Amino acid sequence: MLKDKNTATGTIDAGNTLTEMNGDVEMLSGGDMIARVLEEEGVEFLFGYPGGAVLHIYDALHRNKSVPHILVRHEQAATHAADGYARATGKTGVVLVTSGPGATNAITGIATAYMDSIPMVVISGQVQSHLIGEDAFQETDMIGISRPIVKHSFLVKRTEDIPRILKTAFYLAASGRPGPVVVDIPKDITAPTIKRPYHYPKEVNLRSYTPAEKGHAGQIKKAVEMLLRAKKPIIYAGGGVIQGNASEALTALTHHLNFPITNTLMGLGAIPGSDEQFLGMLGMHGTYEANNAMHESDVILAVGVRFDDRVTNTVSKFCPNAKIIHIDVDPASISKTVMAHLPIVGPALQVLEEMLSQVKDAQSQPGISNQPDAKALEQWWSQINDWRAAHGIYTKNRFDDTTDKIKPQEVVQLLHELTEGQAFVTSDVGQHQMFAAQYYLFEKPRLWINSGGLGTMGFGLPAAMGVKLGNPDAIVACITGEGSIQMCIQELSTCTQYDVPFLIVNLNNGYLGMVKQWQDMQYESRYSESVYQDSLPDFVKLAEAYGHVGIKVTDKASLREQMQKAIETSKTKVVFMDVYVDPHEHVYPMQVAPNGAMNDMLLSKTERT
Amino acid sequence: MTDFEDTGSRRIISLLMENAAGALSRVVGLFSQRGYNIETLTVAPTDDVSLSRLTLTTVCDDHTTEQITKQLNKLVDVVKLVDLTEGSHIERELMLIKVRAVGASREEIKRTADIFRGQIVDVNSSLYTIQLIGTQEKLDAFIEAMKDANILEVVRSGVSGIARGEKLLTL
Ligand SMILES: Cc1ncc(C[n+]2csc(CCOP(=O)(O)OP(=O)(O)O)c2C)c(N)n1
Ligand SMILES: [Mg+2]
Repeated sequence: MLKDKNTATGTIDAGNTLTEMNGDVEMLSGGDMIARVLEEEGVEFLFGYPGGAVLHIYDALHRNKSVPHILVRHEQAATHAADGYARATGKTGVVLVTSGPGATNAITGIATAYMDSIPMVVISGQVQSHLIGEDAFQETDMIGISRPIVKHSFLVKRTEDIPRILKTAFYLAASGRPGPVVVDIPKDITAPTIKRPYHYPKEVNLRSYTPAEKGHAGQIKKAVEMLLRAKKPIIYAGGGVIQGNASEALTALTHHLNFPITNTLMGLGAIPGSDEQFLGMLGMHGTYEANNAMHESDVILAVGVRFDDRVTNTVSKFCPNAKIIHIDVDPASISKTVMAHLPIVGPALQVLEEMLSQVKDAQSQPGISNQPDAKALEQWWSQINDWRAAHGIYTKNRFDDTTDKIKPQEVVQLLHELTEGQAFVTSDVGQHQMFAAQYYLFEKPRLWINSGGLGTMGFGLPAAMGVKLGNPDAIVACITGEGSIQMCIQELSTCTQYDVPFLIVNLNNGYLGMVKQWQDMQYESRYSESVYQDSLPDFVKLAEAYGHVGIKVTDKASLREQMQKAIETSKTKVVFMDVYVDPHEHVYPMQVAPNGAMNDMLLSKTERT
Repeated sequence: MTDFEDTGSRRIISLLMENAAGALSRVVGLFSQRGYNIETLTVAPTDDVSLSRLTLTTVCDDHTTEQITKQLNKLVDVVKLVDLTEGSHIERELMLIKVRAVGASREEIKRTADIFRGQIVDVNSSLYTIQLIGTQEKLDAFIEAMKDANILEVVRSGVSGIARGEKLLTL
């Protein structure tokens, strides 16, 4: 899969690791240690960009040869690509950047991964130890700058510490609630002249860090009692289920209980999008049925979610009648914004499996209180189906599909239809992201790759590279906007270098659409800096300039045919599909803010709940 | 001294953390990042040199206290943590206070220091430096009592604390 056109013609072959033996102990330089650790960790791709402070490491990688490196065009993209790879594969993304500007360029991507709890190890070069603190050339305090956006960080002080610290970094990044870990390494620590004993530890034991391995059985029992007594229950599941590989367990429990389920933006795919019990996404742009069902519910089973403000709307008005069961591996997520009546700290997979088995146990005992209230549930479903029929976006199109203008929603619907909900879809941030979330119903977990927490424009394209590298045989599409795509567009060049083919669907509305939507709604359509004054590039020519395929779509009648062709071509080439969509479309439903409840929504430009 | 919010109460949070580079800045950073306030902070190694004991006081409501303790526990460097104010405990702070002491007030200042069981640890013809150990409240009261004297400089260690009886914060 990985073809670096440049090294194919490269000539340098300086042997492998510059090993020296001292008795039985292997003596390695810091640079060689790093290369070896990455090899031992089975790192499939290292996303990075060289510079002065990491030259020793790059030389070691070059000699080691077993760690494929992807040279991005901007360090932000290295972090997003590693992030996309991690989200799609469940493995840890790995990044290597130089000190100073290399490190600061990586910050946005680290913050993005942090907000969505994505496992990532970022190795940053640092100026030589004796220069630290002297405002040396390309010095920045990476540990300081990254501190609020990492799970943990290390400044390496001695060469011999490299294996242990990196082992700990990999362990921390992927265990418990995952997150990015920064390892900042001064240049002198990796120098080829300093060789130290190399020993890669098999295990990590940290007295100060013990992630929860099991939910409390007694708490789970109480939860089961609450669930079996519920009359208007709902399951509210998020990114923790995807990260925790608990989607099957969640689906099994949902089916067994016959409860309605909604997903957060981060949780889409936790239950198949086509599932009858799935109500769609909840929150600011959630569906009418999901937001109403939440608001009216009496018991909420919250799994791997964090009651984000984009979900709850006004917290004091949030789900007034609901008792909340909250499962999370991170105790700090529980009762942070909304009080949980029953907290369960533990991994989603273990807790959900235990929960289902306890439900089945309870049901096998005699007594009606051990059975779900079938009558109440039937009424509840009938109420939900009424909501679906009244304003649900999956029962009929709520946007105007009769005009000649291409509607962004239709484009996403078509992509979904043609790829059967099985493609990986990355997105950027804006209206297109919300349309993708609403209309691409994901059949599996890890297919939907977006920056939910930080909302980082520029994420989609590099993330798609990482996704495709991790899943070379899959169909990968990046649904983006003409604003967002320009934030990391330089990565089209990286795709050329490594032959990473995928489909880009640019929902080109000629505006920073989400900004414009708010300006339409709250600022009497004064479009302050949300327009580009005819300055947009010709994306087709731009794609072609990088050696890719560009397709311009302006005619609704040919959309299907062009999309089919684009999907087919994207198996071997990057295809940039520039789709001119209705510039004045808005994303609905949209919760009313400020002071709205879950179920206070605008349903179109003219309707309100 | 302290500006008590009506919704909150004073907490003494004491924790053991790895005696590692950057550990302190992570604790302090957490407070500013999440908008919690720190009233006092003191940190020093323990008998086990690999560990530091950090004690801080803050004023907040129950919900915020729960969040603070959870967020602190989440820090990888933090090994163990206790909210001392949840049980009976001993709290101490040390203060050094330098006051102008001339004429009639010289004797008066000494008397007041005696009442508070303060010690005069440095003297010259025109000033006293008084050392005082006690609860935060007691030190506040002493400053109040010295209101009419000419206070030149005050330095306080911040609150340290330990639980009463068998309760321990150790590994
Ligand atoms: C890096 C960054 N800067 C600014 C924003 C604020 N923002 C959110 S959506 C948006 C407009 C995005 O425009 P476009 O990519 O064209 O998507 P559209 O909304 O038009 O679909 C902006 C500026 C952001 N999320 N990220
Ligand atoms: Mg746009």
